[in-house]
Amino acid sequence: MSEQKSVNQNKKLVMRLIAVVGGMFLFAFALVPLYDVFCEITGINGKTRGQALYQAKKIDRERLVTIEFLTNVNRGMPWEFKPTVGSVKVHPGELNEVTFYAKNKSRETVIGQSIPSISPGEGALYLNKTECFCFDQQVLTAGEQIEMPMKFYVDSDIPKDITHLTLSYQLYNVTDAVKSTAGATK
Amino acid sequence: MADHHPTGIKRWLFTTNHKDIGSMYLWFSFIMFLIGGAMAMVIRAELYQPGLQFVEPNFFNSMTTMHGLIMVFGAVMPSMVGLANWLIPMQIGAPDMALPRMNNWSFWILPFAFTLLLSSLFMDGGAPNFGWTFYAPLSTTYGPPSTDFFILGVHMMGISSIMGAINVIVTVFNMRAPGMTLMKMPLFVWTWVITAFLLIMVMPVLAGAVTMMLTDRHFGTDFFNAAGGGDPVMFQHIFWFFGHPEVYIMILPAFGVASEIIAAFARKKLFGYSSMVYATASIALLSFIVWAHHMFTVGMPIAGELFFMIATMLIAVPTGVKVFNWVATMWQGSMTFETPMLFSIAFVILFTIGGFSGVMLAMAPVDFQYHDTYFVVAHFHYVLFPGAIFGTTAAVYYWLPKWTGKMYNEKLGKIHFWWSMIAVNLTFFPMHFSGLAGMPRRIPDYNMMFAAFNQLASIGAFALGLSQLFFLFIIIKAIRSGKKAEDKPWEGATGLEWDALPCPAPYHTFDTPPQVK
Repeated sequence: MSEQKSVNQNKKLVMRLIAVVGGMFLFAFALVPLYDVFCEITGINGKTRGQALYQAKKIDRERLVTIEFLTNVNRGMPWEFKPTVGSVKVHPGELNEVTFYAKNKSRETVIGQSIPSISPGEGALYLNKTECFCFDQQVLTAGEQIEMPMKFYVDSDIPKDITHLTLSYQLYNVTDAVKSTAGATK
Repeated sequence: MADHHPTGIKRWLFTTNHKDIGSMYLWFSFIMFLIGGAMAMVIRAELYQPGLQFVEPNFFNSMTTMHGLIMVFGAVMPSMVGLANWLIPMQIGAPDMALPRMNNWSFWILPFAFTLLLSSLFMDGGAPNFGWTFYAPLSTTYGPPSTDFFILGVHMMGISSIMGAINVIVTVFNMRAPGMTLMKMPLFVWTWVITAFLLIMVMPVLAGAVTMMLTDRHFGTDFFNAAGGGDPVMFQHIFWFFGHPEVYIMILPAFGVASEIIAAFARKKLFGYSSMVYATASIALLSFIVWAHHMFTVGMPIAGELFFMIATMLIAVPTGVKVFNWVATMWQGSMTFETPMLFSIAFVILFTIGGFSGVMLAMAPVDFQYHDTYFVVAHFHYVLFPGAIFGTTAAVYYWLPKWTGKMYNEKLGKIHFWWSMIAVNLTFFPMHFSGLAGMPRRIPDYNMMFAAFNQLASIGAFALGLSQLFFLFIIIKAIRSGKKAEDKPWEGATGLEWDALPCPAPYHTFDTPPQVK
């Protein structure tokens, strides 16, 4: 084998291997949307889907599903945040409304964003929200309080073994993030 | 060609010789091993008794984090690359690695990468303290400022190992001597090629993960930040997609080493050569679909738990094939028990214990009890210390005459072996019990009830630490004043490096390729 030929062979193989490396680097980033898509289809992550439309399906008067509400306030978030009722029992297929109470206890205007999560994760596919404060951010001035509505229904296809669903909201302070992106777009 | 080589510091800075670079890798990894070991000593000293004795909790967390990072990326991985550099060209009859200048570069990145990482120990806020797995948001929102040095350090060592892996693949594919077909290659070469493919597949994913961390920390992205629509659990998925193949990256070359040494000292051909190759390849393939067994407790649906549990247990099959092949190689062999053989036999036995605790951890329902306890610590130390480290130690004893032309002192080697063997079990075996009893990992203080097990483990750890200094002494003594080695110091050794080359191997070997029949 001539020297030149083996150098060319090496180059070719190196280029291919570098392509694999580059591809895998991109694959790491592709995992981010793939992960979301996978979780949305299977609903295994406890992430609720976006806004749903209420379709007046048949209401299952035989069953009652208990929905428990949990709220947590993240570090650095000076708000009080709680559900007005701790739990409700609902019939699958029925549209319900509950409210959450929030108060800005600081002396500044603060923007909040709440992130929902449902446990058990399989239940996430069946809890549909037609209206939720978590679809938007809330701006509260110093000392301001607010009652935030949340409308939802439980799909009547929900498996029989799920009798309880816990809907948890984690409230984050996004004031700085919102301000910095707003500053960037100006 | 004359056996001429440059001298002085320039020899080491500019060298493109695979033997020089191999030696540098090995020495570098040994230094890192001692630094990471010193951190382990701090950890064990603190855990000798319940309560806080020596260090602050935050510094303790830095120690566990840095110990893991240094040992994984600084000690085990470079030592394997060092062995690859020394041995692969000689074993396949090539004059050098295919890409010698890149080889030089991939080594010289490492000292800088680890200077970055280690410098974080002296910074305000302390070194990274979130565990070697650097889960978000601990490492993003709550990480100390030095986390950025850690991120860039990981980038650099990742580039280094990717280049090392590319070099191995190109060398093995393009530079084999005539007649050296793939299925005639020594098993060490095989295991390393497979490792190299794992490296180029997963190191870029790790680079991607730390890049996301960097942009989350400084450039306003929200990959792992739930408030912005990201997901911290996704970090674990991405990390373990790298992390699980990584554990095989650390162990597969040691499988190759054990296969060579056991066959040599049993004076038999390796039993089931081709099944060894296929088993190694299937372990590597399976390693891509088992990552979530590290995170059974994050709240996966039952189908996910079942899939990852069964896939993980499937790995026990090819691993079992390997263990049985090693035992069958020894069966009815004319065995002698020189130091490399002792370390290799201990490797087989203790690695199997680590494998069994791995199967226990693979069971999703019981993992909920074991998760994040000392049982996990016991498990991965059993596969890493008597696995990867004993494997490397055996390799150093076995090929030392080939590298230096000198023999180590057999008596001292045996003392080193028994010393390490007792110490390693004394250190890590009690951790199984404290873990099963519920002691969590990564804590500086613990319940009184775990005191006895921890005391034993600490005593073992101090002995184990000392035994490594003794190892250094044996090697330096051998290099300085060891008996001159014969060209074939091991009666049963086979392979091009023993049959076609003298001891020590000349600076340039196989300028004309040997003919392999």
